[in-house]
Amino acid sequence: MSQRQVLQVFEQYQKARTQFVQMVAELATRPQNIETLQNADGVSFTLSPRLECSGTILAHCSLHLPGSSDSPASVSQSAGIKGVMSLLRTLLLDVVPTIQQTAALALGRLANYNDDLAEAVVKCDILPQLVYSLAEQNRFYKKAAAFVLRAVGKHSPQLAQAIVDCGALDTLVICLEDFDPGVKEAAAWALRYIARHNAELSQAVVDAGAVPLLVLCIQEPEIALKRIAASALSDIAKHSPELAQTVVDAGAVAHLAQMILNPDAKLKHQILSALSQVSKHSVDLAEMVVEAEIFPVVLTCLKDKDEYVKKNASTLIREIAKHTPELSQLVVNAGGVAAVIDCIGSCKGNTRLPGIMMLGYVAAHSENLAMAVIISKGVPQLSVCLSEEPEDHIKAAAAWALGQIGRHTPEHARAVAVTNTLPVLLSLYMSTESSEDLQVKSKKAIKNILQKCTYLPALEPFLYDAPPNILKHVVGQFSKVLPHDSKARRLFVTSGGLKKVQEIKAEPGSLLQEYINSINSCYPEEIVRYYSPGYSDTLLQRVDSYQPLNN
Amino acid sequence: MATLARLQARSSTVGNQYYFRNSVVDPFRKKENDAAVKIQSWFRGCQVRAYIRHLNRIVTIIQKWWRSFLGRKQYQLTVQIQRRWRGYRVRKYLFNYYYLKEYLKVVSETNDAIRKALEEFAEMKEREEKKANLEREEKKRDYQARKMHYLLSTKQIPGIYNSPFRKEPDPWELQLQKAKPLTHRRPKVKQKDSTSLTDWLACTSARSFPRSEILPPINRKQCQGPFRDITEVLEQRYRPLEPTLRVAEPIDELKLAREELRREEWLQNVNDNMFLPFSSYHKNEKYIPSMHLSSKYGPISYKEQFRSENPKKWICDKDFQTVLPSFELFSKYGKLYSKAGQIV
Repeated sequence: MSQRQVLQVFEQYQKARTQFVQMVAELATRPQNIETLQNADGVSFTLSPRLECSGTILAHCSLHLPGSSDSPASVSQSAGIKGVMSLLRTLLLDVVPTIQQTAALALGRLANYNDDLAEAVVKCDILPQLVYSLAEQNRFYKKAAAFVLRAVGKHSPQLAQAIVDCGALDTLVICLEDFDPGVKEAAAWALRYIARHNAELSQAVVDAGAVPLLVLCIQEPEIALKRIAASALSDIAKHSPELAQTVVDAGAVAHLAQMILNPDAKLKHQILSALSQVSKHSVDLAEMVVEAEIFPVVLTCLKDKDEYVKKNASTLIREIAKHTPELSQLVVNAGGVAAVIDCIGSCKGNTRLPGIMMLGYVAAHSENLAMAVIISKGVPQLSVCLSEEPEDHIKAAAAWALGQIGRHTPEHARAVAVTNTLPVLLSLYMSTESSEDLQVKSKKAIKNILQKCTYLPALEPFLYDAPPNILKHVVGQFSKVLPHDSKARRLFVTSGGLKKVQEIKAEPGSLLQEYINSINSCYPEEIVRYYSPGYSDTLLQRVDSYQPLNN
Repeated sequence: MATLARLQARSSTVGNQYYFRNSVVDPFRKKENDAAVKIQSWFRGCQVRAYIRHLNRIVTIIQKWWRSFLGRKQYQLTVQIQRRWRGYRVRKYLFNYYYLKEYLKVVSETNDAIRKALEEFAEMKEREEKKANLEREEKKRDYQARKMHYLLSTKQIPGIYNSPFRKEPDPWELQLQKAKPLTHRRPKVKQKDSTSLTDWLACTSARSFPRSEILPPINRKQCQGPFRDITEVLEQRYRPLEPTLRVAEPIDELKLAREELRREEWLQNVNDNMFLPFSSYHKNEKYIPSMHLSSKYGPISYKEQFRSENPKKWICDKDFQTVLPSFELFSKYGKLYSKAGQIV
């Protein structure tokens, strides 16, 4: 009999522990409970008989916060955090496996919420214990422990460094070799969050030998695992060329390129981001990505329904095209420019930005490529972007791209000017609301285009509104064109351009004055005098001073 | 005189001493000589090595300069070739206006093709999505109809979707007519694919017979007559099979027994390879016939092997052929059975 009673005591204790841990884990899923959990101090509770299992369980207990109200909140909070943490930590070492797993899960959820709790997890020396037992336990525990590591590591580089310091990387890499895909996913996620902060942490992850295993994970059939592995590779490769080279050496590019055809949108998004992070560093890496035969498959991703997929696809094409003229040529030959232009037309906002930049990069390399962009009907689309978009940085990018297109030859400048973008650019430059970046970029674009523009109908409005530094270029262009074209001269006079030119005040000897003189020399003197300002006054003065002939 | 006498007295000992002292020194002399030789040789070796190193350095410098000179010559040549090629390329492709126009035309054509292809692709995707959506809707409606099948109208009572004031029944009515009513999920019976005796034995056991649900009692008069106890009846009906030993053995028991025996014997083997007779070592070797049997014309008879052959005297390579049969008279010579007629 007494044996049974003794055993019953133990059973009750175990039941109580299980219940506590499960309730804490459940409460930790909701943010409002976490605040209360933080402030709860496990030391001084008076057990209320009405301990119900509801969301407001702690409200029924009589809370006794240590210290009076004038003690700083952080002290009580840290003591409170310590309370919850130390309780969970002792339960982590429990005999029963389910309690361990649930305690780990609760810790993970708490650490996930904000970085104070994550720091508390680190300070209470829970990590070494987790790492040690991760190697031996079953897969549920491994999943929960990897979840804790991931939740701690995602907040800041220091916390991630703390995780690396307690030797978690090796055990996580061992988890990557596990049979269960859930464990692999949790481990890959943790590695991803650690690696994404900075280059040293990525290097540490690579040194632990994670990259070949991640490449193997990509080939697994489960979609979730593929997603996480692709995002982990992308976060490793983004920091520096050497890390990207490591990823490429592990043979990741071929597998990633094959999986572009997968219908799952999130997976495509991660794969495209991984490929773009690899190719952005250097020409060789971009060439290796191109050799994996992503064109023209990538162009189908530009037509996808998901916005992120479109954005990442245009980012990838941009990163490839920006390195050398040969790569841009390749993109143009594959019809990439047309696809990107259509994509720009169908998106809004930040999703457009990589596509706009891609057009700018392609056009910047050489005039033939800029001409290719023009015949693919890129300029109307860009001018639409320029006028429609509310965000300044997108407008700046569009202005820059237009400048790159129009700066090569008069043909190009004419193509840009015909679409009436120059007034828009001018207004952006002049308006006080535009950011500095936008102003600088639009000014440069206008200057570059104007220096080559011979399309006079577009230049005329500039005579009226432009500030002096731009006016100089405008008048210069006129002075180049007018001496050779009589029709243009006639048009210039009838549209009132000559009149306006006379009204321009310029210092004698400056470039502007020279231009004005060269324009004036295209016309007979009477006309010039006729249009000079104040000519009617001089005429009237002459009338006044004229004495009629008395006969 | 006295010294002379003294010297003479010591002369033998002097001789001995002289010999002894010289011989004692000998091993040391040899040792010292060897040591000196070693030191000298080592030192000379160091000298020579240093000299060789020095020479090596000089040679490297000379080779460096010579190779750079050669390379520069080569470089000039290659640069000339590259220059010519680049000029040709630029003039043919980059600065060629017509080529540029062609290229731009091709680019625009490619663009159009790509645009069309992408539009088709997008359309295809949309169609697939629409189809998938429609199918999902269908399934949902079907499931709903199956759940609500009891709302179907009967002959007596029109259902709620079949109001008599309507001209024709509601589409839901038609759906309900098509739907098969949902049943509660039954625990799946596992399929048994291999049919051996043990399986049959297992399936006749009382637990595995598929028992249908008990039907509702039919109200009628009780059957007359003494009936056996129901438990006895069931026991008899579901009595498990008790096969005889002969039947219980599998049909290929001999083969199985042989396998079993072979397996047991295999356990005792030291080596898996069979022990082959020596003749098989020489399987691939050509058979060299003995001298008795080998000659150009075939196996020689006992009498012939003592005859010497002179190949130079042969007229031709072939043996004489029997073109005509021999006399019958002589064919039977010595071949008749009767001993009496020895001479025929």
